[in-house]
Amino acid sequence: MRRDRPEVLRTPVGIVGITLLGVLAVLAVLAPLLWGERATATDTYDILAGPSAQHWAGTDNLGRDIFFRTLVATRLSLVLTLMATTLGVGLGLLLGMAPLLLPRRLGRPVVAFVNLLLGFPSLLMVLFLAVILGVSTTSAVLAIGIAIAPPFARLAHTLGAGVADLDYVAAARISGVHPLRVVVRHVLPNVAEPLVVNATVTASSVLLAFGGLSFLGIGVQPPQYDWGRLMQDGLSSIYTNPLAALVPGIAFVLTGLAFNLTGEAAAGTFGAKARSRARWRPTRTRRVAVRPSRPDEQEDARADVVLDVRDLVVSFPGPCGSISPVRGVSITLRSGEAVGVVGESGSGKSMTALAIAQLIEEPGRVTAERLDFCRTDLRSGSRAATDALLGTSLAVVFQDPMTSLNPVMRIGGQLAEGARRHQGLTRQDAAARAVDRLRAVHLRDPERRARQYPHELSGGMRQRAMIGMGLMGTPRLIVADEPTTALDMTVQRQVLDLLEETRHDHGTALLMISHDVSVVSSICDRVLVMYAGRIVEDLPSADLHTKARHPYTRALIGAVPDMATDLHAPLDTISGHPVDPRHLPVGCAYAARCPLVSERCRQEEPTLEADAIGEVACWHADEPARAETLEAVR
Amino acid sequence: MSRLDFEDVTVRYGHHTVLDGVSLTVPEGQIMGLVGESGSGKSTLARAAVGLAPLAGGRVLLDGRPVRHQGRRRPVQMVFQDPFSSLDPRMSIGQSIVEALPERLRRAPRAAEIARLLQLVHLDPARAADAPSRLSGGQRQRVAIARALAGRPAVILADEITSALDVSVQGAILNLVREMQRETGLTVLFISHNLAVVRYVATHVAVMAGGRIVEQGPTARVFSSPASDYTRELLASMPVPAARRHLSQNPI
Repeated sequence: MRRDRPEVLRTPVGIVGITLLGVLAVLAVLAPLLWGERATATDTYDILAGPSAQHWAGTDNLGRDIFFRTLVATRLSLVLTLMATTLGVGLGLLLGMAPLLLPRRLGRPVVAFVNLLLGFPSLLMVLFLAVILGVSTTSAVLAIGIAIAPPFARLAHTLGAGVADLDYVAAARISGVHPLRVVVRHVLPNVAEPLVVNATVTASSVLLAFGGLSFLGIGVQPPQYDWGRLMQDGLSSIYTNPLAALVPGIAFVLTGLAFNLTGEAAAGTFGAKARSRARWRPTRTRRVAVRPSRPDEQEDARADVVLDVRDLVVSFPGPCGSISPVRGVSITLRSGEAVGVVGESGSGKSMTALAIAQLIEEPGRVTAERLDFCRTDLRSGSRAATDALLGTSLAVVFQDPMTSLNPVMRIGGQLAEGARRHQGLTRQDAAARAVDRLRAVHLRDPERRARQYPHELSGGMRQRAMIGMGLMGTPRLIVADEPTTALDMTVQRQVLDLLEETRHDHGTALLMISHDVSVVSSICDRVLVMYAGRIVEDLPSADLHTKARHPYTRALIGAVPDMATDLHAPLDTISGHPVDPRHLPVGCAYAARCPLVSERCRQEEPTLEADAIGEVACWHADEPARAETLEAVR
Repeated sequence: MSRLDFEDVTVRYGHHTVLDGVSLTVPEGQIMGLVGESGSGKSTLARAAVGLAPLAGGRVLLDGRPVRHQGRRRPVQMVFQDPFSSLDPRMSIGQSIVEALPERLRRAPRAAEIARLLQLVHLDPARAADAPSRLSGGQRQRVAIARALAGRPAVILADEITSALDVSVQGAILNLVREMQRETGLTVLFISHNLAVVRYVATHVAVMAGGRIVEQGPTARVFSSPASDYTRELLASMPVPAARRHLSQNPI
């Protein structure tokens, strides 16, 4: 909490809320000491008087000063509010956490009991309890405390159950940590934020509830007085001296505001932590000199080029200047060609795929020297024209088909939607084609599947439906971003076979992003290895295991066992961490982790040089991998 | 060294039978791989062994005696798949490890024990005060392994511990598992959907499908001459590099 406080004070709402609370706290402490006597002093010559210079808000039926009585009542009102809130929150926590502590058989009745209590309106509960417990200040505290407990218990239980399912709680439990300690050390701290916010807001409704009880005469009893009591006293003379009821009323409003604003600001702070504050800082973006595509040049050689990307850069705004996860990637893809992109997470491989599919959203920026798809420049074309082209000729398959399919639309409808828009098919034609495409991706009983919702299909079936959606047009290129990572091994095989079949039958080019070298090398002709936003090696996948020259490529392959790995040698490891795109080194980005590193690597960044096998960006490309095995022993 | 036996273990959630009379012996001082597809019941079997899944039938025995699920000493420990959710974000990694120690220690021996465990998993002991958020996925998984070792277990259950990690650190964690097992002689049940990974770390393997064990035996034997159709199907679906595809159909 300590580090959140300044954050709360940063918003105007927070400043007002905290300041009001502070003033109230000071009043609660000082007012009875300073003005206690003036508030109880009776003046029988001046009863039920209106406002005057002596008594700003007038006097009551014993001639006591209403303004000072209101100030002095701050203490009792706040103390009672805090007591009832503490009682309610404590009771709520106890009821909410009990199901997590008790064995399942005992926990369920507690949950059911709380649910039952939630059925009664809080106000009814308060009145009911206040009457049963008798008319006194203590019973009012009890009544309100008990009445606010069920909603709080419900909230605590829901939040707590969410955390209790997490692995770290399971880990603590199976290492023999006492259940009570699990709740105190693991569950409560991780649900504290929403509970604190809720408790603050609850406090303001407790204040009001207390006022209500006192006003009805079943709360604070004379000679004690709180704001509710003062309001009731003042109400009888509302026509002669409205201030007598209004002044305590204003106290209610201000205090309620103080609690609510503070709670609001605290809630905002907790929520804001998850959100990024990054905003695009409009630095002067160097406009890359746009050279027109040259259709006449080497026309024959380029006729079957589906995708031609030169010097692709993706950048995002950061707190200190822009960050570029992709820094100058060039890819050429021909019809029917399958190219894989591999690399660690953060290497920029997915960003490259998204940029090609024109799916980078604000505030990201995509620039390139050339970005041609089917010989159309995607950078300059009008939005509508590129949309139509991408809608029919480009298919994108993501890792998780559950999030890329709309959960409330039937599969068939989703497939048909794009075809109706981009190809101008009628409803019937589009629906028929959708069923046909589902059959083409080998979904059994396609008519039935088309009528189903995404959640009714298994992961593999959804991924096939996704590919089927891409096949609604006649795609020239399929961009697949980790298409099989979420799938089982046998299903993975089927999806890979389907991609291969599509490529074979329609001459579709495939750009496949994966962290799994074995998947990529089993289906692709060429493999691009990415590191820190650049391609560091480009080679035929047949040569991947034998002729890789970049130390990073070799380490990537050596780190993952396959069915031929030597069982007696340790696997390769890559020491250190991937490069943070915010702090790129001067020379080769891989230098810090590379076993072949030399002074030159730290000074100069190697460029991608073509040779007999492919392309590689390394100053030591042809040196044997020394020390890598030594490194692996560590 | 200890042997872990599952005897006719059945787990049901409502009407859904997740484990259907599973009998399996994890041999003492060995790493046994457990492979199968998602939903086959691999994880549930591990969770049943540590008391996280309720048994509807059968027993889990450690050296012939039922596994304890109460008290400070827990001889069966587990390492979870996702290192990002298996460490409490509000506790330092040192605190997480201390919590799993079977007895309370004074300050100095406690610090020494944390340092020993962190060194065992090749982490700098000076990082004990770090929050998990300052660690990478691979480092977090090392901490999770250190925490499991802190309870001085006889058996460790490793549930897909490399599948949430980046390729570059997978190798390091697998090396660590082999090395740790060799040094401590622990009995390990290593769950994974990746056959190549299991082949590399495990001496024995069991194949699960639909809540049953369909095949078990020494890894080399099961993978070279599988007896069950399902194992054969699993092996056939392994991605084979295009270059090697024509060389052999036999994966070993």
